[in-house]
Amino acid sequence: MLYREAGDFKTSYAADAQTFPLAFDRWGYWVLLALAALVVPFVVNDYWANALLIPFLIYAIAALGLNILTGYCGQVSLGTGGFMAVGAYSSYKLMTAFPWMDMVSVTLLSGLVTAGVGLLFGLPSLRIKGFYLAVATLAAQFFLVWLFNRVPWFYNYSASGQISAPERELFGLVLTGPNAASAVQYLFCLAIVIALAWFARNLTRGTVGRKWMAIRDMDIAAEIIGVNPLRAKLSAFAISSFFVGISGALFFTIYLGAVEVNSAFGIQKSFLILFMVIIGGLGSIFGSFAGAAFLVLLPVVLKLVGVDLLGWPTTIVAHLQLVVVGGLIIFFLVVEPHGLAQLWRLTKEKLRLWPFPH
Amino acid sequence: MNAHTDSFTTDDGRTIGGTVLDLRNITLRFGGVEAIKNISFDIREGEIRAIIGPNGAGKSSMLNVISGFYVPQEGEVWFRGEKRPQMRPYQVAQQGVARTFQNIALFEGMSVLDNVMCGRLGYMSSNILTQGLWWGRAAREETENRESVERVIDFLEIQAIRKTPVGRLPYGLKKRVELARALAAEPKLLLLDEPMAGMNVEEKEDMSRFILDVNDEFGTTIALIEHDMGVVMDLSDRVVVMDYGRKIGDGTPDEVRSNQEVIDAYLGVAHD
Ligand SMILES: Nc1ncnc2c1ncn2[C@@H]1O[C@H](COP(=O)(O)OP(=O)(O)OP(=O)(O)O)[C@@H](O)[C@H]1O
Ligand SMILES: [Mg+2]
Repeated sequence: MLYREAGDFKTSYAADAQTFPLAFDRWGYWVLLALAALVVPFVVNDYWANALLIPFLIYAIAALGLNILTGYCGQVSLGTGGFMAVGAYSSYKLMTAFPWMDMVSVTLLSGLVTAGVGLLFGLPSLRIKGFYLAVATLAAQFFLVWLFNRVPWFYNYSASGQISAPERELFGLVLTGPNAASAVQYLFCLAIVIALAWFARNLTRGTVGRKWMAIRDMDIAAEIIGVNPLRAKLSAFAISSFFVGISGALFFTIYLGAVEVNSAFGIQKSFLILFMVIIGGLGSIFGSFAGAAFLVLLPVVLKLVGVDLLGWPTTIVAHLQLVVVGGLIIFFLVVEPHGLAQLWRLTKEKLRLWPFPH
Repeated sequence: MNAHTDSFTTDDGRTIGGTVLDLRNITLRFGGVEAIKNISFDIREGEIRAIIGPNGAGKSSMLNVISGFYVPQEGEVWFRGEKRPQMRPYQVAQQGVARTFQNIALFEGMSVLDNVMCGRLGYMSSNILTQGLWWGRAAREETENRESVERVIDFLEIQAIRKTPVGRLPYGLKKRVELARALAAEPKLLLLDEPMAGMNVEEKEDMSRFILDVNDEFGTTIALIEHDMGVVMDLSDRVVVMDYGRKIGDGTPDEVRSNQEVIDAYLGVAHD
């Protein structure tokens, strides 16, 4: 079957506005979903689930969140790590204060708490832009990490200053804690990712998405067509933080199980997510996934090839990784600001026309 | 000053109604520069009102006052019979004032369709949650407003570029898309800042035709800044002439053309 739109005519505006306008893409998407939900959990082993799939899914949520704020609404943030920490500590406090609460509610509530905090830290964006806003979010990052380190209430006065996730079940299956099966954890994350990606896609193709992009492309013109800049920016901060908070909650409850705020949610995390969004593609849902996949895969592939295959020392490979990421960031910022998503789009455009390039 | 409340029919069969916008003794300063000096004029429902004058006369500043960008130091703006309190530009837009810019102000990262859909934002009020779930009102609004946007797209003959990113369009088409976005809002007052600047003769003719058709078919009230005197004389019902921030003429194209002060201002300036 060729990749074509011939014969794929739209008869309503609703059909024309759908996410995958080409039947081929739609089928590909459903097949991928079926594989991810029905096949992968039964064949994957613990190593691949824990080293690749679960972090990929969790980072994809954070990347979606940051992409809403930066890629769609044009507001730079270096506070992603700090907001992930808000999600993580919210889930910890909720789990320990209300032991009966199910994990779906814990996760969603953690997102909501983070949305509120994000709203608060978004207030300066009304007055300051670009570089200065980036610095303000950086301040938020350091403040939040400091807060979770210094106020013992957040880690329930534990001697180590760490937080660790108690065991919780969902539908009779252990989901958190050391006894959890990674296939169960994977499925839980997958379900949340699918729901959130669908949510983000709907937002960005509709009214609020247009408001965000209008602010991003030209805030003066946005205001002249009736966009209230205050509400548009704050909604972007809130929704973005909701995603980032959920990501942080899962990072703690599912992926790590125990967390020390500096190492898990420090400034490096903010940059990691930002790089995912830049490499994957600013202003693209698909790009958020591509960027997360790329940066989760990169160290694993480099280790496989460099250390296991070629026998290089681990330190060299670790440095090589920094060089590769740095080079790619420069490449994408200079050559292709819309990232992997745009490369993918161009390939598809070529495919549609193939074999007649004009 | 008394606002018009009567209405009459023009020679070509259009109805001109009462005063929509009344500017009273507007003065606008930037530091020491007086960009607008004590200017008053009105715009009546259904008319095309031109604002002309040499470069730097204060025409764009006048539109910026009307759309709430600049706050005049003195004077009052009356809109649809009420004195307008100080407002942010988005609030003015929500009252039914749409505009285009002298330097195109489109959203370059979005498609033509999305740009024009932006003109409908004032008609879409579903909350974020229903939008995220693409549910009920949110989905319905999207389809309904798409229908009215498609009518504007047909009207301005830009069907073929619907899905094109605006950044890829040539200048003349961008101007047309910007007009489409303003029209999609179905404004009570449409402000056009040099809609034909930088266009070739053919594009100018198209644009003139669109402006006349908009006014004729939808009865839209239009305020228009334009340098090309021929165009102004053809299109407008009444003309305000500005020079160095002052109003030096106001009346029908014929009256303005025979006004000595206007002739002097235009002769004294190199003009295209
Ligand atoms: N934001 C501003 N700050 C300072 N001065 C301004 C500002 N906007 C306009 N001016 C000044 O006000 C005067 C009128 O400018 P305006 O842009 O309104 O003229 P115009 O009639 O639209 O001219 P043009 O035909 O060149 O577009 C000019 O002297 C200009 O320098
Ligand atoms: Mg001007």
